[in-house]
Amino acid sequence: MATYDDSLIAMIEEKARRIRVNIIKAIGAAGSGHPGGSLSCADILAVLYFHAMRIDPKRPDWEDRDKFIMSKGHAAPALYAALAEAGYFPVEELLTLRKLGSRLQGHPDMKKTPGVEISTGSLGQGLSAANGMAIAAKLDKKDTRIYVLLGDGELEEGQVWEAAMTSVHRKLDNLMAFVDYNGLQIDGSVEDVKSLKAVGEKWRAFGWHVMGIDGHDIRQIMTAIDEAKQIKGKPTVAVARTVKGKGVSFMEGGVDWHGKAPNRDQVYKALVELGERIVDGGGVVNG
Amino acid sequence: MAEVGEVKGEAKEVKKIATRTAYGKALVELGKVNPNVVVLDADLAKSTKSGDFMKAFPDRFFEMGIAEQDMIGTAAGLAAAGKIPFASTFAVFAAGRVFDQVRQAVGYTKLNVKIGATHAGVTVGEDGASHQSVEDIALMRSIPNMTVIVPADAVETQKAVFAAAEYYGPVYLRMGREEVPVLFDEDYRFEIGKAVMLRDGKDVTIIACGVMVAPALEASEELSREGISARVLNMHTVKPIDREAIETAAKETGAIVTAEEHNIMGGFGSAVAEVVVSTLPVPVEMVGIKDVFGQSGKPAELLEYYGLTSGNIVEAARRAIARKAGKASPARSRRSRRQ
Ligand SMILES: Cc1ncc(C[n+]2csc(CCOP(=O)(O)OP(=O)(O)O)c2C)c(N)n1
Ligand SMILES: [Mg+2]
Repeated sequence: MATYDDSLIAMIEEKARRIRVNIIKAIGAAGSGHPGGSLSCADILAVLYFHAMRIDPKRPDWEDRDKFIMSKGHAAPALYAALAEAGYFPVEELLTLRKLGSRLQGHPDMKKTPGVEISTGSLGQGLSAANGMAIAAKLDKKDTRIYVLLGDGELEEGQVWEAAMTSVHRKLDNLMAFVDYNGLQIDGSVEDVKSLKAVGEKWRAFGWHVMGIDGHDIRQIMTAIDEAKQIKGKPTVAVARTVKGKGVSFMEGGVDWHGKAPNRDQVYKALVELGERIVDGGGVVNG
Repeated sequence: MAEVGEVKGEAKEVKKIATRTAYGKALVELGKVNPNVVVLDADLAKSTKSGDFMKAFPDRFFEMGIAEQDMIGTAAGLAAAGKIPFASTFAVFAAGRVFDQVRQAVGYTKLNVKIGATHAGVTVGEDGASHQSVEDIALMRSIPNMTVIVPADAVETQKAVFAAAEYYGPVYLRMGREEVPVLFDEDYRFEIGKAVMLRDGKDVTIIACGVMVAPALEASEELSREGISARVLNMHTVKPIDREAIETAAKETGAIVTAEEHNIMGGFGSAVAEVVVSTLPVPVEMVGIKDVFGQSGKPAELLEYYGLTSGNIVEAARRAIARKAGKASPARSRRSRRQ
C-alpha cells in the first residue's frame, strides 16, 4: 500500500467537507433534491477531482482529460459542488440549483454545465456511456482514464449488467467503476427492495477486478484508484461501503433523506455539524 | 356523443388533490373488491402512491426494485396467468424506458396489464428534463391495442382506475405529481372513450386532457367575457378517441383548440387533428410543448414558460376563430417569422 502524505490527506478531507457543505447549502436553497446519496459519495468525488483525475477546469473540453460520469444522476449536487470547488464555475452559482434557467439542472445536463461529461438521471445508463468513452480513448490511443459512479440500488437495472459485460469483453482497463454501497434506495433498504446478494461476487463473475473499500476513507479510495491503474486487460470496480447522508447526523442511514431538502433550521444544524462558521443573522460563509 | 357533464360550481376554495394521490387511494378501494388485482412498482412506491396498496395488501404488492423492464415483463406474466396487474412508475420510465417491453409483452399480446404512470409532463418540476415525460402519449397511443387515459382530476382518476380494471386489455393511465383542482362530483360519469362536454359553446371548442382541463375551463370563462362562446371537451381517453364528439365540435363550432401537457408532435393535439382532417377539416390550434425538452423549475413557472396556461389557450382560441373567419392571425404570423 502506497503511503500518502498527511497534508495531502488533510487537503482532500477538507475538499470533501466543503463538497458536503455546498451540497447542503445548494439543496437547502433549492428546496428540493437528494441529500442522502449526494453526501454518501462526497469523499470519492473529493479524491477523484482533487487528486486522482487529470483535469483542467479552465479547459473542460481538453482532449486529454480524465472523465467522470455520475451514473446516479440524482447525486448531481455532489458533482456540482466538486466541479465548483475545482473551478469549473463559481461556487456561488450552486445556489441556483434546480431554479428556472439555471445551468445546474436537477439532474446533470452536459449541454448546460461545464465539466459534466454526459447527461444522466435515468438510472442504469452511465456505465454504458463510460464504456463508450473508454473505447474511444483506446481508439485514439489516449491514456485518459474513465471513472463512473453507480448507486447500489441502481445495480438493479439490467443495463448495468449488459454494460458490465461490454467493459470486460472490450478489456477496458482504462475504466474504473465505483459502487456507492450505502445500502439504501427509495422504498427502503436494498436488501428489502431487491437484494443484490453477494455484489462483489457478481462483478467478479462478470470478469471485473473487484475491490471492497471503505468509501469514506480517503487513503483507501486513493489506494484503490492506484491499484486499478496497475490492472491490465480488465476493468476495475471498487465496491465502496458508505453511509447514506454521511456527515450530517440526522441524515445518516435515514431512508427518508433520499430525496428531501432540509429546511432552514436543518440546514443550519447540518452546517454547524460540518464545521462551517456561521455569521450573525444566519448567513453562512465558506469555511 | 358527448354530454354535458357536471362541473363543480365556482366554489370559493377549490379543493386540490394530485391525481397520483387519487391513484393510490383508488388502488386500495379496488383491491378490496377485486382480489385479482395486484400492484407492482419499481422503487417509486412512495411517489407513485402505489405504496398505499402495499400497506393494505402486502401479499398482492410486488416491489420490483429499479428494474422497470423486468416489472413490465412480470406484469405481462401475471396478466397471462389471470391477474390484473397495475404496474406503477414515473411516466418517463413507464413509456420510455420500457417501450419495447410494453410493445412486445403488453400491446402485441393484448394482455390485461394496466400501466399506472405518474409524474407526467413538466409539472414534475425541479427534477428537470430527465424526469419530465413530454412524449409518453405519443409513444403509448402508437401501440396497437393500447388504451390511453389521461384523467383531469382526483375523481376522474378514481373512476378511470376502476374502469381500467373492468375493461380487459392494456391500459396506460397518465397522472401527475402536482395537486390539481377537483373538478368533478362523486356522481361524475366516466366511460372509456367517451368525451365529456364541460361547457357548451358555439364559436370554438377547446379539447383538453389531464392537467390542461382546468385551465381550459378558465380560458372559456375569460373568452366569454370577450363575447366568445367556447365549448370545452374533457377528452380523458386519448385512445380510442371520441371521434363523434370531435366531429360534432367541428361541425357546430367550426374551430378547435387542443391543450395538452405534452409535446404537440404525435401527442394529444395530433390525435384530435387526425380526426378533424379526416372528417370535417376546420382550423385546429394546438397548445402544448413545442418539441423541446423541459427543465428544472417550479411547476407553475414551467407551465408559464412552455406556454401551457389558460392565457395561452385564450390566445389559441382567438387564432383559431380568426382562421375560421379567413383572417390570418397577427400573433401567429409574428411567431412563424421568428422561427
Ligand atoms: C430508470 C430510473 N428509475 C427510477 C428512478 C428514480 N430513482 C431516483 S433515485 C432512485 C434510488 C436510487 O438508489 P441508489 O442507486 O442506491 O442511489 P443512492 O442510494 O446512492 O441515492 C430511484 C429509484 C430513476 N431516476 N431512474
Ligand atoms: Mg443506495
